[in-house]
Amino acid sequence: MTSSTTEIEQLIGKEYDKGFVTNLDADTFLPGLNEEVITALSAKKNEPPFMLEWRLKAYRHWLTMTPPEWAFVNVDPIDYQQISYYSAPKQKEALKSLDEVDPELLDTYKKLGIPLEEQERLAGVAVDAVFDSVSVATTFKGKLKEVGVIFCPISEAIQEYPELVKQYLGSVVPQEDNFYAALNSAVFTDGSFVYIPKGVRCPMELSTYFRINAANTGQFERTLIIADESSHVSYLEGCTAPMRDENQLHAAVVELVALDNAQIKYSTVQNWYPGDKNGKGGIYNFVTKRADCRGVNSKVSWTQVETGSAITWKYPSCVLTGDNSVGEFYSVALTNNYQQADTGTKMIHVGKNTRSTIISKGISAGKAQNSYRGLVKVLKSAENARNYTQCDSLLVGDQCGAHTFPYVEVKQPSANVEHEATTSKISEDQLFFCQQRGLSAEDAVSLIVNGFCKEVFKELPMEFAVEAQALLGISLEGSSVG
Amino acid sequence: MLSIKDLQVNIGDKSILKGISLNINPGEVHAIMGPNGSGKSTLSHVLAGKDGYTITGGSIEIEGQDLAEMAPEIRAREGLFLAFQYPVEIPGVSNIYLLKAALNAVRQHQGLSEVDALDFLTLVKEKIKLLGMDEKFLYRSVNQGFSGGEKKRNEILQMAIMEPKMCILDETDSGLDIDALQIVAAGVNSLRSENRSFLMITHYQRLLDYIVPDVVHVLADGRIVKTGGPELALELEQKGYGWIGQEE
Repeated sequence: MTSSTTEIEQLIGKEYDKGFVTNLDADTFLPGLNEEVITALSAKKNEPPFMLEWRLKAYRHWLTMTPPEWAFVNVDPIDYQQISYYSAPKQKEALKSLDEVDPELLDTYKKLGIPLEEQERLAGVAVDAVFDSVSVATTFKGKLKEVGVIFCPISEAIQEYPELVKQYLGSVVPQEDNFYAALNSAVFTDGSFVYIPKGVRCPMELSTYFRINAANTGQFERTLIIADESSHVSYLEGCTAPMRDENQLHAAVVELVALDNAQIKYSTVQNWYPGDKNGKGGIYNFVTKRADCRGVNSKVSWTQVETGSAITWKYPSCVLTGDNSVGEFYSVALTNNYQQADTGTKMIHVGKNTRSTIISKGISAGKAQNSYRGLVKVLKSAENARNYTQCDSLLVGDQCGAHTFPYVEVKQPSANVEHEATTSKISEDQLFFCQQRGLSAEDAVSLIVNGFCKEVFKELPMEFAVEAQALLGISLEGSSVG
Repeated sequence: MLSIKDLQVNIGDKSILKGISLNINPGEVHAIMGPNGSGKSTLSHVLAGKDGYTITGGSIEIEGQDLAEMAPEIRAREGLFLAFQYPVEIPGVSNIYLLKAALNAVRQHQGLSEVDALDFLTLVKEKIKLLGMDEKFLYRSVNQGFSGGEKKRNEILQMAIMEPKMCILDETDSGLDIDALQIVAAGVNSLRSENRSFLMITHYQRLLDYIVPDVVHVLADGRIVKTGGPELALELEQKGYGWIGQEE
């Protein structure tokens, strides 16, 4: 069977094709972190005084904290004084339209497959693109404004909608929530802000594209989405980074607030540079994502396809505060070579008749370690709460690992909590069967893996489901069935 | 169509096939019968190109082309089809998706364009009727939760869609009740043509009542020990495999 092992090893090892560097003049802070840096950063962003205080409070708390060590990952210690906390492509004045964006930057987005102008014209997807630390272009702004939807860089929201920001920023993920969230609160430079007014169904998908370009910079973006009563929004984020030998830190915070009868669908296709096949370089993706289903009958769905990053540490969660509120988590996490992922979700049932669904698909290839970590917590107040968890792992080869860490805490006797878990392997027989039906070994692996992920892909918006399938095929190349 | 000359095959150091020669002309149906462990399944796997076997001697050719040099998927695209004894399940992949991918792989190899979605649906519906299968099978995951008979019918459906020229049926009768056997046999018979050849591998004579072969070979201990017409199968059924050994 050795010949097929090498064959499949070749299949799963395609090179990372988003790993180019864009040569742009950048305005970058010297590495290091202290109160002066934060003050300078806040000034650079023309922030009102409340924001600087908010940041400093977070920073002072962060100094008292230590990095978490409970995740099933090996992280080399990070020197936070070696990171630059601000990098922006240089531009002379504020931009009025896409025509004024640096053509080289626009070219980068084209290479990534997201031509901004074209998207604006054709796709009907509104895109906010965050390059290193700043948001470079938000398309479709005008059209959204007609229905009252606010979709802009968060730096702009801080200046133009300070009341909304003050009310909601940190209301889901407090500054002191955890080590990385505190760091993000102190130094975040940009991200997206969305407000959907009462009764409005957002007329298009909103999308943010994140890219880390400059060397030795961290990306600390902050996203805040508020869906007011009876509103509806679907949001997607995509992420890539150049190939670099050193590790780069990405510590984002995403906060979602759903008020009465509101619905938020949040989809992620994460393809940060995972490091090379020997485990050198790659992004550390330490992200805090949390939704508060604050209103009655509110609903939040997280759908994520995670194929990138050297280390992923992320648990998109739902706090089901409102009665009858619903939380969903659909995840595909693929790790190859030396990638490590410790990912899952937390569903906190507070209100009555709250329901949550967790479908997690982990795929491990090469020497990768893939862990699902999930918490289902039912408080005393959550009468008739229901949860269903399904957790499936697929192993490609015999040197990788899949781990499941489910935590269940139930304080309400009427609650109903179900957990199902399976682990399977791509077999030689499945592969041979597909080849006997004329498919190449490469197409066969891709077919089998896509079948495994079907329940999650069907939750993604159509165009992104196609992208996610293609991404899985690429990310799997060079792994071995063994 | 298929020409096997003095084929010798090992698994590891163990010799399984010890010199098999076989010639199947276009349109012919051959049956290979033999007791357990005689090398029947090894032969079908080697023909289809499965890993884990070493060819130590002899040759296999399909229409004059060296089969042993081809990757399994190339053999399939060239028109060699294996109906599996134990068809595998592929969760989450719909039957119709696999059928379409298989047909397009063959078409692409032949320099044809991908099949039009509507044409494909028409084709599939026509073939599925032939096998007495419900259309809902098309949208279920490949073989998942299928009964033994449904799995075997599904194999023949794939065969009908891919339209191969050399069909190998590996123990297609195993696990089938008499009704299912008749349906599968009718499906196979409907695919018989002067350009298509069949090699049926079976332990029992039962299948040959429904798919009548032109030639019957008896395989024992890695060698073809006897070749005859359909009457040889009947004789085997009466006397058992032991009789062959005694005669020699």
